[in-house]
Amino acid sequence: MKKLIVFFLSLSFCFTFSQEADSIKTKELKEVLVVGTKATLHEKQTKTLATLDEFLQKSTKVDLIKRGAYAWEPIINGMATERTVVTIDGMRIFGACTDKMDPVTSYVEVSNLSEATISSGQQGSCHGNTIGGSIDLKRSQRQFTNAGWEFFVNSGYETNNRQKIIGSAINYADSLFYVDTDVMFRDAENYKAGNNKEIQFSQFRKLNLSATSGYRLAPNKNIEASVIFDRATDVGYPALPMDVSLAEALITSVKFNYKPNLEQIDNWETKLYFNTITHTMDDTKRPVVPIHMDMPGWSDTYGFYSKVNGKYKKHQFLANLNSFYNRSVAEMTMYPSDPNENLMFMYTWPDVRTLYAGIYLEHNFEINCHSNLKFTTNLGFHNNNVASDFGLQSLQIFYPEMKASKSRFLKSFSTNYFYNKDGISYGFGMGYGERAPSVSEGYGFYLYNSFDGFDYIGNLNLKNEKSLEGNANIGFKNAKWQTKISASYFHIYDYIIGIPDASVAPMTIGANGIKVYTALDYATILSSDFTISYQLSDFWIWKGQFVYNLGKDNENNGLPFMSPFNYMTSLGFRPGKFSSELQLKGNATQTEYNAFYGEDKTPDYAIVNANLGYKFTFEKSKMILNTGVENMFDANYTTYTDWKNLPRMGRNIFINLMFQF
Amino acid sequence: MKTSIKYIVAIFAMALTFVSCSNDDETTVNELDGITKFKEITNDTHTIELYSHMGSLEQGYNEISLRIKDNTTDKYIKNAEVSWSPLMHMAMMTHSCPYSAVEKVTENGTLYEGYIMFQMAQNDTEYWDLKIDYTINGVDYTATDVIDVPASAKRKVNTFTGSDGVKYLVAYIEPHHPKVALNDMKVGVWKMQNMMTFPVVDGYTVKIDPRMPSMGNHTSPNNIHATQTLAGGLYDGKLSLTMTGYWKINLQLADAEGTILKGEEITETVTASSIFFEIEF
Repeated sequence: MKKLIVFFLSLSFCFTFSQEADSIKTKELKEVLVVGTKATLHEKQTKTLATLDEFLQKSTKVDLIKRGAYAWEPIINGMATERTVVTIDGMRIFGACTDKMDPVTSYVEVSNLSEATISSGQQGSCHGNTIGGSIDLKRSQRQFTNAGWEFFVNSGYETNNRQKIIGSAINYADSLFYVDTDVMFRDAENYKAGNNKEIQFSQFRKLNLSATSGYRLAPNKNIEASVIFDRATDVGYPALPMDVSLAEALITSVKFNYKPNLEQIDNWETKLYFNTITHTMDDTKRPVVPIHMDMPGWSDTYGFYSKVNGKYKKHQFLANLNSFYNRSVAEMTMYPSDPNENLMFMYTWPDVRTLYAGIYLEHNFEINCHSNLKFTTNLGFHNNNVASDFGLQSLQIFYPEMKASKSRFLKSFSTNYFYNKDGISYGFGMGYGERAPSVSEGYGFYLYNSFDGFDYIGNLNLKNEKSLEGNANIGFKNAKWQTKISASYFHIYDYIIGIPDASVAPMTIGANGIKVYTALDYATILSSDFTISYQLSDFWIWKGQFVYNLGKDNENNGLPFMSPFNYMTSLGFRPGKFSSELQLKGNATQTEYNAFYGEDKTPDYAIVNANLGYKFTFEKSKMILNTGVENMFDANYTTYTDWKNLPRMGRNIFINLMFQF
Repeated sequence: MKTSIKYIVAIFAMALTFVSCSNDDETTVNELDGITKFKEITNDTHTIELYSHMGSLEQGYNEISLRIKDNTTDKYIKNAEVSWSPLMHMAMMTHSCPYSAVEKVTENGTLYEGYIMFQMAQNDTEYWDLKIDYTINGVDYTATDVIDVPASAKRKVNTFTGSDGVKYLVAYIEPHHPKVALNDMKVGVWKMQNMMTFPVVDGYTVKIDPRMPSMGNHTSPNNIHATQTLAGGLYDGKLSLTMTGYWKINLQLADAEGTILKGEEITETVTASSIFFEIEF
């Protein structure tokens, strides 16, 4: 694999400690991906300053929809933002762009993070109702150590898009107090696809600052405050008709942690958080636009959670009481060519307020030393309220009987069995989950989707989308071999997707028509992956990773963004301080595609990557140098996740340098 | 603890009292709410005050209210029988326009109202005057004066000869203040019987197709063509406007059998109808 030691399956680790009689082992099917520069394992990465998107791409469960070089949209088991929950340390954040140009992951930086926990399907319902799964991005896990001062300087350069990366971190910790600060700046020009073809409007610039500080109030009580400020400017989206002049987020939280002197309760963590996002689309740099328009969006979220972990004999418990209040507003103002004419204005998101309150309960029962059973329940109350009369009246054009407020009750349950003995592990489970329609699905007003060329209209009469899920996995591990195959099957009732309505004319110039978000009776998604690794010798390791997803609607036609057969295989050589890797990566031809949803047949591709790393250690400081070449043979290719077949980056040589003292 | 609960209860009770007090405010009905005087016509005995929403008249449909003041007592007359007739003075001829009867607004009030639809505007040489005839306690009076009817900034009236050879007048009435919403729409349809008589046309349909010429000439969904609910009345429909800006409401006039008398359907090649209204907000 290109990146060495990238993920751990807790499942495959637990049995190592099974000798310890009194420890309760949590066996769960979730992937923990080292993504940030804050993790200790970070320095084993082969491209230390890769973007968060590049890190997430390594998971077999996650792929990313690409509308340009920046702000890729994560999809889990082939399901995009509406069907997944992406959180930062348990905090809910919602992008402010109606066109999904700003997924939550675009507002953080690897320097803020230590790892990403990826949970598939209902296993990911801890922080909210989901269908496809969840990603929880974890910030620094530092505690009250006596580490004193630490200084880091990071810098990188990539030749293809002349991306310059510069960052630093200053950390201090003693037994009562710690503070971590970091800053990272990236500036990239247009990238070039294979054969040196420049992709216009693929530039980006991003500045990220973050600080976390903790104070120990008592030996078992501490308080932590955290802030992330992220500001991206001049971001091009070559696959879309508009770019972004500003995407700015302020993400803040205060956490109180308490370890009661009770045998049954391990930890009680309570967090209050607030985040605000401003997103401004911009088409002024495009040479030809049918009509110039401004499309700003805002999303503010206030929330809290209170999470208790405990154990009693062979039972392990987790309860998470959580709530958030989100305000999403987006506007569109079009400028007529005659300057004397009034501006054309509409709300595309009519100031939708979402109030959610829910409780998540998890019970892990250790049947014996090598098998356990896990039950989860998530019950939530969900209310949407349209606060703008202007917006409400706009939507009443379509739904004359519409009321401003709508409440739902969301339920989710799952149960999983895990077994792990003598290198053999297997598990299976069932789940049921529900989700409310997203703001766009419920309340969107003429949202142009350039993928299929339709204007989308929300539908507030949508029922909850419901998923019945089954999953199974089996793995084998010995001193040299490690293999695992896992599959999930989702039968989704009232599957929400846009369906053309010929009776309504589109608004956007050149659009193909109108799609109204509608519930299909059902849709099914099969997601499967296979990973294998073989330790050839002390220094050599071979790895392989294969993914295949299949999605069908109720008429047996394909769903969009389902992975065709996708493979990655790598050979790594790691003697001591030196590491190197050669990687082959590709897709088979996409045979399951559906023009109805804007897809076409994506041809197969294969690219070769290679990288080298070396760790220099001096007396009290160290320097890590990583360099590599991506898409070595400069293939011109596109994948099923590339919006409108946007070609991917051609040959790129990167160099990352990390200096610690 | 007990005392604090007592206080809370007391505060609540007080708050409730205040809330209920403020609800008792009586609002006196002011007849002149929302209308502004734009003209006084005086004769020997009375002064007639003319009011409208805009504080002026313009080409198109105008709702006009009036009050009659006795010049000697300064009191407003509550028991008059009123009628009016607008007249356009052109170089070679005179003609009238569609107008309604004048009705008392409330039994005990002083206000009378009706509508006049000026199908054309005044210009340097041509002007409108308004003759008001009224009877008080069996005595007839009359007052006449020139009124200002400037051209409307946007097209509010269509005057045309239908395919049946009849001369029709179609005027925009409501919404006064268009919104991004499904607006209640009112239009009027009259025909010219002779130079002085313009009766309401009954049983027709005014088909509407709002378009934004500045933005690819897109339309809007769920419009409802205007039809009459009562013979002799105005036409009601629903006008959907999906954004602010300049809208051209393309029209087709259909008779009771559905035959199109005037106006064209909008297609790729036909981007506007020959009869239309304009609004901008």
